[in-house]
Amino acid sequence: MRFELTRFPFVRSLLKNRWLQFLIWVVLLAGFLFAILSGLFGTPVGNHNFGIVFVWIAWWAVLILVAVPFFGRGWCAVCPIPLPGEWFQRGALMDPPQKKPRRINLRWPNRLRNIWLQNLTFTLVALFSSIILTTPRVTAIVLAAMFFLAIGMSIVFERRTFCRYICPVGGFIGLYAQAAPLELRVKDKQVCLACQDKPCYHGSQAGYGCPWDVFPGSLTKNTYCGLCMECLRTCPYDNIAVNTRPFSSDLARPSTRMDEAFKAFIMLGAALIYAGVFLGPWGSLKLAAWSVGSTAWFGYAVAFLAFIFGLLPALFLGAVWFGKLLTKATTTLKKSFTALSTAIIPLGLMFWVAFSLSFVLTNAAYILSSLSDPFGWGWNLFASAAIPWQPILTNILLPLQTLVLVGGLLWTISTARKAASEVKVSPVPVIVFSTAATLVMLGLLL
Amino acid sequence: MKRSELLSRILIISGVLLVLAVPFAVQSIRSQGVIEIHGRMAEAGGWSPNVIHAQVGVPLHLRLTSDDVMHGFAIGQSPVPAVDVLPGQMTDMTMTFDQPGTYTYYCTHWCGPNHWRMRGTIEVTGDALASPQPLTPPLYVTLKLDIDAPHPAPVTPARVPDAVHGAQFSALLPAGVLSPDYYRSHSPEQAFQDLKAVSSLASLTDSDLWDLVAWLWQSNTTPADLSQGQRLFAQNCAACHGETGSGNGVFSADIKTLAGKTPANLSNPSTMLGAAPALLQGKLLRGGMGTGMPSWGPILTDQQTWDLIAYLYSLQFNPVSIPAH
Repeated sequence: MRFELTRFPFVRSLLKNRWLQFLIWVVLLAGFLFAILSGLFGTPVGNHNFGIVFVWIAWWAVLILVAVPFFGRGWCAVCPIPLPGEWFQRGALMDPPQKKPRRINLRWPNRLRNIWLQNLTFTLVALFSSIILTTPRVTAIVLAAMFFLAIGMSIVFERRTFCRYICPVGGFIGLYAQAAPLELRVKDKQVCLACQDKPCYHGSQAGYGCPWDVFPGSLTKNTYCGLCMECLRTCPYDNIAVNTRPFSSDLARPSTRMDEAFKAFIMLGAALIYAGVFLGPWGSLKLAAWSVGSTAWFGYAVAFLAFIFGLLPALFLGAVWFGKLLTKATTTLKKSFTALSTAIIPLGLMFWVAFSLSFVLTNAAYILSSLSDPFGWGWNLFASAAIPWQPILTNILLPLQTLVLVGGLLWTISTARKAASEVKVSPVPVIVFSTAATLVMLGLLL
Repeated sequence: MKRSELLSRILIISGVLLVLAVPFAVQSIRSQGVIEIHGRMAEAGGWSPNVIHAQVGVPLHLRLTSDDVMHGFAIGQSPVPAVDVLPGQMTDMTMTFDQPGTYTYYCTHWCGPNHWRMRGTIEVTGDALASPQPLTPPLYVTLKLDIDAPHPAPVTPARVPDAVHGAQFSALLPAGVLSPDYYRSHSPEQAFQDLKAVSSLASLTDSDLWDLVAWLWQSNTTPADLSQGQRLFAQNCAACHGETGSGNGVFSADIKTLAGKTPANLSNPSTMLGAAPALLQGKLLRGGMGTGMPSWGPILTDQQTWDLIAYLYSLQFNPVSIPAH
């Protein structure tokens, strides 16, 4: 079922060549800095500020509706945030220089080699999201903080430690990339085993060692492969392939890690809460989420954390425990829990797609007006500044969301059955849990 | 360094510099000779800037935008029509002053409880192009009225006075009460007492006399003036005093918190029939009174002030014959 895209010499050379990626980088870096600039100096009115409109409407739409579901970590391959730090680390933008520059290049501490920090950074962003998503200045500060943190970490540590361990976005992209129909894998593992120098990991004159600290020869899932194509450039045996594959491929192999399991719950819970806060009719809830620092907000924050880290995993754990009871399985509860949490991955992804469809279609009109007047300074670059706000495709929004959620549930059921059979527990309680969550989400969206 | 490396570095540095420099360069060209005014709710700072300098005869270019909710922009005592100030959008306007002086600009939309504090001034200097209007002190100053003192009417009518019914006795009125000066300097209750003492009106009942007062008050205005007064009231007063003047506008609870008093009940016969137009003029122009009442002096023209006052009295009398505007 896999089809190797890199078998075509044209595709292979396009991906191996640094220029295509670099040119995209330049454009995106300029756009990224422009978003920070407009956030800092443009109008404080969110829906007329390029920073808000292009980051949280345009970019988010592309990311969650297209890039993640179809290309997995495709965004990470062109994300401009690591560019300056990597330039410093490598001493070059193109091919490796003759003389490797001397850098601090500390290894990332073993204890932190997991995505718990990413779980934390995402949760932090999520707690303040009402402010971040609507206030240009705050968006600019968050983007700038990510940008400078990435640079700082590149100066101190080796490879892309920010992307791999800190980036609040990277965590969930990695999680959902497992479901994507695109992968980078080695063609023949024996070649990697026999390979002496492993330039894909250590680097060579042809390219840099894996920035994501991954040995391609051992890749079995998409989670931590950033699709940067360095190994494609360095492999002396042309043993790296970029393949298309069926959706959901990596999910057949259930997760065994608690950090990844919790990532799935954080994303699922956040989608449910956002749907309630941003799309629901409860004004006091919106106000509580928005009034950062107030008593109401602290109440909201506690409820948010309790729901995501307490209630949701606890209910799921109950479901897993019950499933274990039904089959009298001998697998440990922890192992069954992490394995079955894999089923929540497609559910969460589809929750996010359905939720994002609402506000993306509702607010897409702002993209055109903001393009002409990015700072809200009264410009009209493309004569589209005066285009009035109007939601688009409203007639297909609800059917589309329902389709996405029901499809997500079916996908989850199939994933749950596979994962359950691996650990020999009954999937039924988890399916009931997922169905209930889908019904709640449907209720919030419709 | 290899050529490709050099080229990539040039590209990325120029790309970044372009993004950083171009917006500000373009903006500095666009904003030459234009004053940009940002509106924020008074609680968040009001107009910024709130003082503008201009020259007589030199066009003043303003670019208005709101940083939060919808505001409006108008200049007091000026024929320049008010414009909407929209969040995140720019509205350009140009005006020329032919008289030096201090002009007040203000928000025309009820943006918050402190909406009326959203004001700023334009200091216009230079020589007058047109002959200046002679300055006369307002009537309440000339009459030395104490506009802070309570002014309950000692007697009030038993029913709402009817101007149409009063009209039939109008021929009996002495000439002295028919002058605009009399109307402006007397409260309806004073007029009632004065009429009661007129011998030619001795046969009339108290109700007839009040009807006559209603007619007298109505005869000092026109339907067009009342209509203008009603428009001004709806725009500027109803937010606090309420649509019917009974002091229960949308901001009345906030005003109570802010100023310690609820807005005055303008439908109360005792206070309204005990107040002369000149007294109301003083309250309008100066404001204050230890309440949240703003000063409308720099905003309303003389004519607008009298129209508004006439409208306030019309709330006391029948019929309120105001043509639709």
